[in-house]
This record gives sequence, structure tokens and C-alpha cells, in this order.
Amino acid sequence: MAEMTMRDALNQALREELARDEAVFLMGEEVAEYQGAYKVTRGLLDEFGPKRIIDTPITELGFAGLGVGAAMAGLRPIVEFMTFNFSILATDQIINSAAKMLYMSGGQFKIPIVFRGPGGSAYQVSSQHSQALESWYAYFPGLKVVMPSTPADAKGLLKSAIRDDDPVIFIEQERMYGMKGEVPGNEDFIIPLGVAEVKREGTDATIVARSLMVPVALKAAEELEKDGVSCEVIDPRTIRPLDIDTIIDSVRKTNRVVVAEESHPFCGVGAEISAQIAERAFDYLDAPVTRVSGADVPMPYAKSLEQLALPDYEKLIQAVRKVSYLD
Amino acid sequence: MSSQSTEQREGTRGAAGVLDPSSAKPQSNTLEEDRETLLAMFRQMLLIRRFEEKCAESYSLGKIGGFCHLYIGQEAVAVGAISALRPDDYVLTSYREHGQAIAKGITPDAVMAELYGKATGCSRGKGGSMHLFDADVNFLGGHAIVGGQIPLATGVAFASKYKETDQVALCFFGEAAVNQGAFHESLNMAQLWKLPCIYICENNKYGMGTSLERAMSLQNVSEKACAYELASEFVDGMDVLAMRQVTQRAVKRAREQSAPTLIEARTYRFMGHSMSDPGKYRTRAEIEKYQERDPIKLFTATLIENDILTDKGIEEFEAEIKEEIEHAVRFAEDSPEPEPEELYTNVYANPLTKD
Amino acid sequence: MATQVVMPKLSPTMEEGQLSRWLKKEGDKVSMGEPLAEIDTDKATMEMQSLANGVLLKILVNEGESAPLGDPIAIVGAEGEDISNLIGPKKSAKEEAPTAKPEAEETEEREQEPKKAATAVAKPAPKEEAPRPVTTPSRDDGRQLISPIAARMAAEAGINLKSLQGSGPGGRIVKRDVEDAISSKVERIPTTPRLRAVPARSLEKGEVYAPSAYRDETVSEMRRTIAKRLVTSLGPVPHFFLTTEIDMERAADLRRAINELYPDAKVSINDVIIKVAAAALIQHPQVNASFQEKNIRYYEHADIGVAVATENGLITPVVRSADLKSLPEIGAEVRELAERARARKLKPEEYTGATFSISNLGMFGIDEFTAVINPPEGAILAIGAMAPKPVVRDGQIVVRQTMRVTMSCDHRVVDGATGAQFLQTFKQVMENPLYLFLAQ
Repeated sequence: MAEMTMRDALNQALREELARDEAVFLMGEEVAEYQGAYKVTRGLLDEFGPKRIIDTPITELGFAGLGVGAAMAGLRPIVEFMTFNFSILATDQIINSAAKMLYMSGGQFKIPIVFRGPGGSAYQVSSQHSQALESWYAYFPGLKVVMPSTPADAKGLLKSAIRDDDPVIFIEQERMYGMKGEVPGNEDFIIPLGVAEVKREGTDATIVARSLMVPVALKAAEELEKDGVSCEVIDPRTIRPLDIDTIIDSVRKTNRVVVAEESHPFCGVGAEISAQIAERAFDYLDAPVTRVSGADVPMPYAKSLEQLALPDYEKLIQAVRKVSYLD
Repeated sequence: MSSQSTEQREGTRGAAGVLDPSSAKPQSNTLEEDRETLLAMFRQMLLIRRFEEKCAESYSLGKIGGFCHLYIGQEAVAVGAISALRPDDYVLTSYREHGQAIAKGITPDAVMAELYGKATGCSRGKGGSMHLFDADVNFLGGHAIVGGQIPLATGVAFASKYKETDQVALCFFGEAAVNQGAFHESLNMAQLWKLPCIYICENNKYGMGTSLERAMSLQNVSEKACAYELASEFVDGMDVLAMRQVTQRAVKRAREQSAPTLIEARTYRFMGHSMSDPGKYRTRAEIEKYQERDPIKLFTATLIENDILTDKGIEEFEAEIKEEIEHAVRFAEDSPEPEPEELYTNVYANPLTKD
Repeated sequence: MATQVVMPKLSPTMEEGQLSRWLKKEGDKVSMGEPLAEIDTDKATMEMQSLANGVLLKILVNEGESAPLGDPIAIVGAEGEDISNLIGPKKSAKEEAPTAKPEAEETEEREQEPKKAATAVAKPAPKEEAPRPVTTPSRDDGRQLISPIAARMAAEAGINLKSLQGSGPGGRIVKRDVEDAISSKVERIPTTPRLRAVPARSLEKGEVYAPSAYRDETVSEMRRTIAKRLVTSLGPVPHFFLTTEIDMERAADLRRAINELYPDAKVSINDVIIKVAAAALIQHPQVNASFQEKNIRYYEHADIGVAVATENGLITPVVRSADLKSLPEIGAEVRELAERARARKLKPEEYTGATFSISNLGMFGIDEFTAVINPPEGAILAIGAMAPKPVVRDGQIVVRQTMRVTMSCDHRVVDGATGAQFLQTFKQVMENPLYLFLAQ
């Protein structure tokens, strides 16, 4: 066990998996000589050389497709998008090639590729650089979508993603790269995909939160505890496939749910969770499932507006109190 | 590098600076190949032709659903180019792929069954006409987004280089795909990183209903290679032997120097874009003019001239091929449809949920 | 995973079967191959075996009822499993009480509090029909809003939603409201009589004049026994009856005072009656006796049989030596025996061999009645309802809580005068319970 930042946990995961399997290689913009735009890939070029750690031109569609082709021919690429906003350029290859290749070839060509990078908001980087795209990608059968919220989760999940034989969209959060946490040291430490974690046990209300919203949910839960409201915080960790059973078990216990997310509400992951809870736990609900999402607007630049656009722990507390019929 | 491309540019420029393929330096005067190879190539072209004709028939009978893009008139490109490959080399192409699939080695049975949507199809009935795949013969599809296969082929070539094998990747696409960003991004990376990828542009003058002149500013596709300092070739795509020789050169460059090539093959499709194309964008006269240079007709003449083939030989081939294709149709008809459970198989290689 | 047990095909021509007898009851463990029930088919009565291991969670078709082939007749699953989705549309009239402990005091033991709201009990009377949620005009469009979990909890606890105020938005009844209702002093059963609604149907003219349709039910073991015994009672035993009216004010006060001092004791008026009867029996040993053909047996202690109504019939668990026990002891014992009586878990020695019996139909509003002696006892006391009545005291008309009791005596053992004297003592002590503490 050691305490480290999420950035370093990711770096370790990459390092270990590159060492473990020759077929794994990493490419993206500034990943090699620049040591990574967010320093996640620091030191990898020195350790593994330019054949395996590749700086690409700014050519997202091209290098995403190149990665998928390389996967078809037996390699295990890790493709970094400097931010997931730029993945939008590559969506044809992610969605029409990576997600569908195994299916439309009748099972002949698997695509063991990881597309990783930071998604969601940063600090005043405005609308084109602040998008949370997980519900987009989670929409497609054939893709897996993973979002860690702690350094340990980041390391364990990234290793699993790299070892997984399917295309994985691994969405990190820039604002969490510096977050510290305990991380197991052994090289076999992996966290299976598709398994949620109860980050905090409670009995009165369930909060489902992912990525950036997990620490916010935990803080809200702490505050609510002072008022005698015991919150259970669940982090799905994998968005697709979703571990809905863990969430349903919690709803059966608490009878009320709030979903916290920084993404827009419409057609978001929270909407999917709400629908599944309504389908499977209707008889256990004491209040409608409530979402606390990011504002339904492109992200503004001004600091004050950006703050308003994102859910904070006070908004979460209000939502939990509302579904608990307090005030 | 640019001087090399000037050297390889053949033929005279027509109006508006467009290269004229019929004036390309004849590549195929001397028959350097052995008899077996020549006859095999001829037979394969004929097989593809008859297969596509049968597809047209089956499609109009409703046996084939969705889209059906026929290769009739372009046979020399697939057969000539693929004849230059080893079995362990890779081929990727677009949705107009029946020719390449058969040339690379997928059996007519497996292709027809796939078109019929049966479980015995080469993609288990999950792909259809536009998504034929066969890992055993290294045929990697069958892609329906225009230009989508170009970065993929680039990646396949990347993998060969990475694995330090000398396998090459052959990527077919039409001239309209050249306008996609993916084309430019791929050629840039291929030359930058010296990837063993051969890009073959089948310029048949039309992107669906839009002629080349209406879509492309610089209409000589092979000249675009200079933007990437990439080697290029310009070839008469109706001449199967020219196709073979040009591709052999490119394959050598790829295997020995790990360098890419862009080959522009001028060709023509005699049928519409697909079976649902009314074809109002070109005249009957134009089609007939190009049919005078039907690649099978040209090759037949060459082979007969050189005493490789006789009329009787042709008859025998036709009979064999007819049998082969009828077998394929029977096979497709008799094969079962995919089981309902197949709907949910192969979505993931590692399924993580119980359902 | 709970499974439905369906009506099996037990004969080649069978299309439906009648549930003749359940061999297991709800809550019993069942294992694969074990016989679950006897089914009457068109050909014969056949045994039906369980195809699953687990616990018989719910019986959907009762004895005497029929079901077509393949229809669910029961549910087997893991203990405590939620099976609400397997039950289908709720048949509210037949819906059994939840497996939650039926703590509520049953018929014979219900307190004789005159018209006062029943004090808090853990769960309501389980055998009552679940009250239908009556649509109360709430603030909006007349619909009563209620959250799914609250609706389910209310139905299971037998709470009348009409009596609830929703604290959620728009008057929505939420879990907290139902929880409060369960644990609060809200009267859960409406005081208006709940007559079973006559189903609206258009009768054919002839139907009204034809003899009524009917349904036969197999006589249970218990009923058979009761029938046999009472026929041997009323017939050969020469009964005569004595009635008296008792002023219950002081007895009620005593009970209240004791419960204030010892709230856990939960002494009921019936417990006081038992104690007083026991004291009176010791005072009049000729009544605490039994005709034994050749002898008359005089008992040393008062073993009082307390009549309890159960689903299957009347049973009389015995409080042994009630003369020696304190009120709280009697109260606890009666409650415990009654619970086990309803659960059919009494041993024979617990309900036989009383020296005297008491039957109380007061909570049904019966003023007085005559009971049949349980042979071979010498007498039985029938207790009517307590009600305020105008009586004359010191020349004035005052209102007093009054109760009428009727004693049935076996004339072979108890004469008129003997019985009358006993009853006089009983009345005096009931009207002045302090006599209990002045025994010499």
C-alpha cells in the first residue's frame, strides 16, 4: 500500500501493463516526449522506447482508426485523447469500427483497445473543452465505459481495461489527477469491470455518484449525517455494463435515491439509472428518483457561471432532504 | 521524393490536366507470367463477373436484402492487385467488396450464404453484403462508412511493423473516399511512420451519383501523394496484368523498405452504384464506350493472342464456374438462418453481465 | 428464487382440481418430493408433491377451493423472500395477515374499555379483512397520492388510508406517515361496521326465489371434537342458568391503577375477572367441582379455562392455580396461551382439565349470553359487554359501567342456592376488588 495521486496511480497501471504484455502500446498527442499533457504518461518513453510510446500528429480520427486496425491485427493499443472532447472527431472509428467489429464479423475480430483521457469539466476551459460524454459512449453495445473516482480505483480499473478484450472508454477527470489516496502495490491488483462499490454505507437515502461527484457526495453525506440522515453512497465505477443490482439492493434498504452527475441531465447516465430503478424497484420507492446534474447549457467561461453550472454538495444535500421529505 | 513521383506519372494529360488512362504506358505487352498464373487470374475474373451477375438476379428475386454494390467492370483491379500478395498479407476494402473477398480466398459458398443472411455466411449472417470477413484468409472486411477502412488498414500495417513480420496491408477505396479527412490523416501517418500499407484507389469516376469533376479540385488522385511525400503509381485499372505489376512494385517497397504507396487505378463500373441506383447521372453511350474496354474482354484477347487460352477453354471455364455458382446459391438457399440467440452473441469478447 | 406451485395434472383427463387438504401450512419447510397437499381430481384424491426445496411462503388456493390446471396454488421460496410479484392481483377479501407477529389481543382477551380508542399495539388484528383504501378527496383532483412503499406498508399493516394525512407534496402519503400510524394511537379500524359489500349484479328473476347457492367445507378436526364434546354436554348435563348485573367502576379503576404502576403488566379486565372468579371458587368449593358418575370431585385449586376463539373453533387453554397467581402473572399467561392457541401450538395438557371456565363475548357487544358447560366441569361463567347504564344509588340515578354475567351450572353438582351464593360472592368482589386483599 502506498499513498499516491490519481495521476501516479494511472502511470503505474500503464507501466505495469506495458511491462507485462509486449502487445500493449500507447499513442496519443504529447504522450511521449512531452511526458503527457497531464503528465499521466511521464517517464514511459524512457522506459519503453519510441516503438511503444508514440507521439501522434493532431489526427484523432486517423490515430483512433489506426489503433482499431492494429487491434484487429493482434495488438493491444492504448489510445489517449488529450481530452475526451477531441474524441468527438474520432467517433466514427470508435463507434462504427471498434464497437461493431466483433459483432459484424460474426465473432472473428475482437478489438482489445482502450481509449483513455480526461473528460468532464476543468477550470474555466469553456464549452468545447468541458464536456462529459460518458452517456454518449455508454449508448453503444460493444463498448465498455469506465470512470474511476479514486487513485486505487483508477489503477485497478485501468489494468482491467487494458487486459479486457473489448474496446473500453476509460474516462478520467482532470480535476482529480492530483487527488491522493491509498493504492495497493502488488502488480496483480486489478478491479473487475462491471462492479460498483459502496463508498459509504447508510440507511436513509442512496446517492449514486461517479467520478468528480463521488467526493462531493461523500461530503454531502457527512453533512447530512449531522442532521441524522444516513446516506449510502454508491459509485458504479463501470457505467457500461452497469452494476444495477448493487444500486437496487440499496434502494430496497433506503427507499430513496439521488443521482449526482456533472453531465447534462437529458439522456444522461442518471436518466438510465432512474429508468432501471423505476423498472426494478418501483415498490420500494418512497419518492421519485431525483437527479442532480450539471446545468443543461454549454459550459460558460466565467468562474461564477461555471460554479453555478456544476452540482456542489449543497445542491446534493437539498436533493437528499427533498426526497426524505425534510423541510 | 517529388522527382520520383514525376517519373512514375504516366500518360498524357487530357483537358484540365487530368491523366488519361488509356494512354498509360502499356504495362502488359510482355507476358512475364507463367501459364498457370495467367489462367488462374482469368478464371478468377470470370468467376467474380458471373458471381456478381448472379447476385443481381438474386437481389431482384428478394433473396438478398439491404444494399448490394456490384463489382462488374472492376474485376481487374481486385484480381490483379491481390495476385501480388501472399496469403498472410491483409486486405481491407469498402462495401463494394465481393470481388476482393473472392480474390482473397473466401469461397463463393460462404459469400453467397452471407448475402442470403444465413448462419453459414462468412460473417455468420451478422454482416451482410457490406461486411464480409474471414480471418483465415486475412480478409478484414467490408466497411460501410466511406473511407472508414483507410485508418484501419494503416493500423494493420502498423501492427505488422510493430510485430516485425513483413506482412503488408492492401487497402481498397473509391476516389470519393479520397475527399474524407480519414484518407489524408492516414497517408500522413503512413509516410511519417513508414508503414507497409498499399493504398489502392479504384477511381471509377463516380461517387454514387456524383462525378469526379463535381467533387474533387485536384482530380488526379495519384498526384495527391506528393502532399505526403508518399510514393505513387497511376495505372490503367482495366488491365489486369498492369494492376499486378504495379502492385508487385508496391508490395516490394512495403516489404523491403516498410514504405507506403498510393496507387490510382482508373476503372469503371458497368452497373449502378448499387442495385437501387437508377443511374440517371451518366449516359448509356458512356457505359458502352467503357464496355469496349471491359477488362475480361481485354484479357481474353491478350491470352488468345498469346495462345494461352482457346474458345474451348473459355467454354470449360464458364461451365465450371456456372456449376460453382449454382452450388453457392443452393448452399445459401439450404443453409439455416441464424438462431435467435445469435442476436446477443459476440457483442463483447468478454461479456460481463449475466444476460 | 421463489417459485409458484401450480395445479398439476394428476390424471390424464384432469382439467381442474379441488384442494382437498393442505398437508403443510404457511411457514413450513418443504423439500422436493414431500407431499404438499391432497387434490381431488375428476378421478380420485391424489397426493401432490413439492417440486422445490424451501419454505411454503404463501397458500393461494385454500382447502375446498378449485383451480384449473397450471394455475398457481402456492408459493415456495426462501424464508422471508419478497414474493409480491408472484402473487398477482391482490384478492383483498381473502388476503391473509402478514407473517409479522400478530401481537394484538384477540377476541376473548380484548380489553373492556368502554368506547375508548384502543391503545397502541404492535400490529392490528390479523384476521380482519384488510380495509380497502377509500378514495378520500385530497387537495387536487380527488385522488389520494401515496408512494409505492407507503401503499405496500399500509396494505400489509391493515391501515385504513382514509385515516392518514399525507405529509408529502400534494398531500402524498409517504413511508413516514404509515410508520407513524402503525406506532401511534390512531384508531386503525373504523368504528362503523364494515359490512361486506353486496356485489352488484343483475339478478335473473328466478335467481332471487331459488334456494341459495352454498358451499361445503370439510369439518376440521377441531370442529369435530367440539361437536362431539358439546353434544355430550348439553344433552346429559342438566344445565340451569343464573344471571347478575355487576357495577364495574371499581374493577376498571383497579385495572387502570395497576397498569399505571406497572405499564409492562398490561392487565386486562378479563384478567381481573379470572382472579375474582378463582377467589370465589376457593370460597365456594362446591362450585369448583366435577360430576364423575360415581363421585363428585372437589378440586383444591382453581384451574380456570379461558375460552379463546381461533380460526378453526373454540379452544380453552387453562390457567392453572389461578387462585395463587397475581394479576400480572395471570395476564401474561393468558396472553401467551392465547397466542399459542391461535397458532395451533397448544399441547393437550394445556387445554384440558380445567375446573371451571370463563367465556367472554363482551368485545362483540353481546349484553349477555348463556354458555355451554365444558364437561366434566361443574359450571361456566359467560361475560357480557361493559356498558354505561343508569342505575339507582342512594336514591339517585347515576351512570355506571355495568356488566352482565350469566353462570351455567351442572345441577348434578351445583344447586341453585350454591350457584347463587357463588355468584353473589363473585359480584361483591368484582364490585369491591379490595376484598381480594382481605382474604383470611
